[in-house]
Amino acid sequence: MRLGEIVTAGILALFSIFLMVESAKLDVGYITGEGPGGGAWPFWLSAIMLICTGFIAYNWYRKTSPPSQSSEPVLDSYGMKSFLYVAGGLLGFIALIDIISMYGAMAVFLVYYVRFLGRHSWLLTLILAIALPIAFFFFFEGLMRITMPKGLEFTEPFYNILYDIIY
Amino acid sequence: MEILGLLADGMALSLQPLNIGLILIGVTLGLFIGAMPGLGSVNGVAILLPVTFLVPPGSAIIFLAAIYYGAMYGGAISSITLGIPGASTAVATTFDGRPLALKGRARLALVTAAIASFVGGSVANVLFTLFAPLLAAVALSFGPPEIFALMLLAFATFVGLGGDDIPKTVFSICIGLVFAAVGFDQISGAPRLVFFEISGFLHGINFLVLAIGVYGIGEMLWTLDTTRGKIISSEAKMTVKGIVEDSKEGMRRGWKGTAIGSVLGFFVGILPAAGATPGSLMSYGVAKMVAKKPKEFGEGHPGGVAAPEAANNSASTGAMLPMLTLGIPGSPTTAILLGGMVIWGLTPGPRLFVDQSEFVWGLIGSFYVSNFFALAINLAFIPLFIWMLRMPFTILAPLIFVLSVVGGFAATKDMHDVWLMLGFGIGAFFLRKFDYPLAPAVLAIVLGPIAEPTLRQSLLLSSGDVSIFFTRPIAGPITVIALILILLPLLKVIRDRMREKKVQAG
Repeated sequence: MRLGEIVTAGILALFSIFLMVESAKLDVGYITGEGPGGGAWPFWLSAIMLICTGFIAYNWYRKTSPPSQSSEPVLDSYGMKSFLYVAGGLLGFIALIDIISMYGAMAVFLVYYVRFLGRHSWLLTLILAIALPIAFFFFFEGLMRITMPKGLEFTEPFYNILYDIIY
Repeated sequence: MEILGLLADGMALSLQPLNIGLILIGVTLGLFIGAMPGLGSVNGVAILLPVTFLVPPGSAIIFLAAIYYGAMYGGAISSITLGIPGASTAVATTFDGRPLALKGRARLALVTAAIASFVGGSVANVLFTLFAPLLAAVALSFGPPEIFALMLLAFATFVGLGGDDIPKTVFSICIGLVFAAVGFDQISGAPRLVFFEISGFLHGINFLVLAIGVYGIGEMLWTLDTTRGKIISSEAKMTVKGIVEDSKEGMRRGWKGTAIGSVLGFFVGILPAAGATPGSLMSYGVAKMVAKKPKEFGEGHPGGVAAPEAANNSASTGAMLPMLTLGIPGSPTTAILLGGMVIWGLTPGPRLFVDQSEFVWGLIGSFYVSNFFALAINLAFIPLFIWMLRMPFTILAPLIFVLSVVGGFAATKDMHDVWLMLGFGIGAFFLRKFDYPLAPAVLAIVLGPIAEPTLRQSLLLSSGDVSIFFTRPIAGPITVIALILILLPLLKVIRDRMREKKVQAG
């Protein structure tokens, strides 16, 4: 954790500098007759962020914050594994949305999580993976009139059937 | 006495069979729309507006107001049971609602939320009935310096009383404010902070994307990591006796928060461009400030649920006030209601109370009636929400992730934001591990779009002289209190140093 604390502070300091550079593309000073320039607000806030990371580093050096005193790893092997499985699953879920549609990706993600991570029975997995996307479909597309991504063209015949039910 | 007569007529109107039916349907729909992450009262009211053309204007606005009310109650539900804010107005409810649910006190949190909402709504109704025209005039005297001072106060409560690491808290506030600045510069119209020229940043970062990323994804990853996936959401059985006991406890520990939220929420709700979200966040901050043990807030204190919930209901009534009396909407939802009124052929403004008094008092009467039904319907559904919590975590977790992704998309209908949300979630997970408080960032991204323009307009008014925040009668005291709160931790550090030195010397 101790190493992680200073690395995080370092990354955040770099990020603050990046934000300052980005903000400085607009005027960051006071323009007479116009008030503060468009970049002033984010620029000075990012500057405060940079100063904060300085204080965080100083507290790290003095070992006053809890993470800077801890010798535990940021993620142990179990934590690392579960983080990769879950975050990776989410990454896959979101990546699949543009290919097999929001509802299709949802079903795949539910099968992955409930069956492979949760080790529940296939029956329960399939009930959830089929019923939930359909329920979401009718709620969003039917009731709320919000269209979710439909993925590539091959999903069309399937959605035509569902739309026939709504309209 | 004249007011009472008019109010009685209004209530009688809202108790007609058609209107009461509409109230029941509206409140129930609103409850579920509000509970759905990514959807709030705005969506509900906007989508169902066309439906109201089938009924007379009086019934139509009663229906929409019932949805509005229901959504205010509903937002708390997912904040508490799932830890994802159901709507922007319920962001502050997660701060204490979620910890309570993790402790197995979800029922206490839900009951407290329902009661606080009811009290907030009722107080606001009474204030509305008595002071409508007067308060509208006071709110109008709030210029940019006053509103900015209020925003400063909201941030100051987090810094001064957070009890968290100060540099990390300030960092969190600033990063939220900077994220709020992404998109276009509101005053010059120039594109700003469009990172790597990705067009998705042009429409800005919707606060729901950050809020769902932090609470839906980051918090879940953190929970999975710290509990090693072995969460048992133990929960007492749903008995009437249990609910009564929790109601008592909720009232005993949450009355202060409820009182603050009811009054503060109403007033912030009236301010143009403020509305229920800042109202609930500020009430949370103030309730924490005046609490005997501010450190208990954030760990699961019923007062932390009561304050924002009382405030968002109170503010939703308050926001109706400038809409009806001046024709200025106080929140996005009331802007849509205003649009509806124009379509129905009513002209909002000072003349409305005179020309359409039956309509106005029917609406006010319906506030009282809807509020009562919202409480009853909400309490009736609590067992269902608790049942959701009893699901095994390996089923609840994927459900929360699915809701987060769907909600993140529904908020802006852009896949860019879904990716951004995942990024925020993972970032939040690591920051959380290093004790960075994330609630201030969420607060800041909500208040940023109000704070920045008011600061710039104020400085423009004063030609760059910052004394404008100190010399005006309303802005001055608020600014001074905010500055004291910000400097409080610094004074503490200096005092501790002096003591250390004394100890070392002695």
